[in-house]
Amino acid sequence: MLSYIVRRFLLAIPTVIGVCLVTFLLFNVFASPEAVARKQLGKNPTETQIAAWVASHGMDKPMFFNLHREKDGRLHPFDSRFWNHMRELVLFQFPESDYLHEKVTSLLKQKIGPSLSLTVPAFLLSMIVTLPIALFIAYYRGTYIDKLALFICVILMSIAILNYIIFGQYLLAVVFKYFPIYGYDFGVGAWKFLLLPVILAVASGLGGGVRFYRTIMLNEVRADYVRTAMAKGVSEEGILFKHVLKNAMIPILTTTVLSIPFLITGSLLLEIFFGIPGMGNLMINAINNHDYPVIRTLVYIYSLLYIAGSILTDISYTLVDPRVSFK
Amino acid sequence: MTESHLKIAIRRIRKDRLAVAGFLVICIFALVACLDCIPLPVREASGIRWGRTALDAAFNKEPEKSYSPPLADRGLLNRKEFALASRHLLGTNNLGEDVLYNGLKGVRTAFVIGIVPTLIAALFAVMLGLFAGYYGGFIDDLIQYVYQVLSSIPSILLLIAMLMIMERGLWQLCVALGVTSWVGLCRLIRGETLKVKNMEYVEAARALGASDARLIFRHILPNVMHIVIIEITLDFSALVMTETVLTYIGVGVEPGTGSWGRMIMMADRELANGIWWNLSTASAFLFILVLAFNTFADTLRDALDPRLRKG
Repeated sequence: MLSYIVRRFLLAIPTVIGVCLVTFLLFNVFASPEAVARKQLGKNPTETQIAAWVASHGMDKPMFFNLHREKDGRLHPFDSRFWNHMRELVLFQFPESDYLHEKVTSLLKQKIGPSLSLTVPAFLLSMIVTLPIALFIAYYRGTYIDKLALFICVILMSIAILNYIIFGQYLLAVVFKYFPIYGYDFGVGAWKFLLLPVILAVASGLGGGVRFYRTIMLNEVRADYVRTAMAKGVSEEGILFKHVLKNAMIPILTTTVLSIPFLITGSLLLEIFFGIPGMGNLMINAINNHDYPVIRTLVYIYSLLYIAGSILTDISYTLVDPRVSFK
Repeated sequence: MTESHLKIAIRRIRKDRLAVAGFLVICIFALVACLDCIPLPVREASGIRWGRTALDAAFNKEPEKSYSPPLADRGLLNRKEFALASRHLLGTNNLGEDVLYNGLKGVRTAFVIGIVPTLIAALFAVMLGLFAGYYGGFIDDLIQYVYQVLSSIPSILLLIAMLMIMERGLWQLCVALGVTSWVGLCRLIRGETLKVKNMEYVEAARALGASDARLIFRHILPNVMHIVIIEITLDFSALVMTETVLTYIGVGVEPGTGSWGRMIMMADRELANGIWWNLSTASAFLFILVLAFNTFADTLRDALDPRLRKG
């Protein structure tokens, strides 16, 4: 088991290096330092201002190998943009934000809490709500209840997430005043601000989730072990809730990791609309102020989270399914 | 795909009334998009200019100064009474532009965003997927590594990063969406190529001395093309939705391009002031087109290849 986990993490190293390479290509090769400086410095910067900005961000150094001798005559071949970039990411020495003038690491520390307080409950609640509905529909497969439910799912899927948020906020917070419209409170008091965003997150994912889990359940229903269970006289409910649900957990686990990117999008918009000072908020500020170091760091951090998530999924397979070996 | 295959697929689709309805709605939207592509001449002092499309010509209404409600029968400032034909059917926005016109302008953008990225992605995905599946070995490992890396970066972040670096614009957006969406398609095509390349008819062609290129492009490619068609219809809705989100957060299409995302962005804060028509029009257009594509795409997928069912 331990050797499997270690091997799995070692296999992820090339992928992490690949992600570093992609961010390097994006932010150092495709984006020219002068253009970045121009965007960052605002209206009509002078040539000297641009040159100073470029030099202060180390973007005037050679791309790969620094073959110029320093004043003291020593050679620093690895003092180049590429190696500095790699060192920055691999050693977690993230740069300073261009806009907020604060270390990105400390910004992340401030923002991660509010973000998690939104996404984790939303994620868990959507599983708790979606799975039973999917099981219920799978139980009535082929009947009119199934067809109607599927059609409702397609309709729910066709509503844009922006519309869920805008109309949900307007109806439930502005018109009926069930929830506060906007704001956040650090500590336990946050729950009343988070209630509506969490509900909207669950609602916006409901259609797609139910339909997806139903398909997974129906694939399992056709399996041989279901026929065996039926033959020995297990009730339909027993088969569905014990045998099918257990076996469906594997594909469901896969999708939970795959849904991480959607969690980002959802929380991004929810954080803007409800004024939650989280990662989405940080991202929007970075976009509006051309804050490249923050975006670069976020791309890297989220990719790491995604890779770690997929490793955890592989490991959890072995916990729910004895057939999956550690090989 | 042979003729008979296509006929079978069409027959299967025609049995599903919802899918047929969806297809008709798509056709109507496509017609609007086409009208927005036909340039008409405008006579100016300097000569004839080809800037206006047929859709622009159909909406030749006097602009308002600011918001006016749907079907307002008189102007806001001059209080001049409108004839029924020159009323703004769905009102105007804060700049006095006709909301219905803006909504219709968004149709062409939606079609470009919904189709072009998948075509760009298909170009990469088909080539790489075919080579990976056919040759295997080192080439396969390399291509798999590339898509492993790209799929580890959450696509919304990769999109934001790319769009921040490029200039804003419709085509840049298409390229960015294409680059972020080829991975899934490539994986599907690689898998299908692995299956197809060992079939008897490919073996037979190889025994007859066909070259690798001929085997790949003449014999294997036509048998994986249906996946591309399915992918185009399945991805359409997601791409259009992504465009609205990206435009909303400020990295989407540039101002001046008709876009439902931009309409929603400009209108969402006005809902509390009782101005609902702008937001509702954009949302309704978006909802109807996406719903039509969702119903049609599912049936098309089942008709062409039921094994690809994902959920």
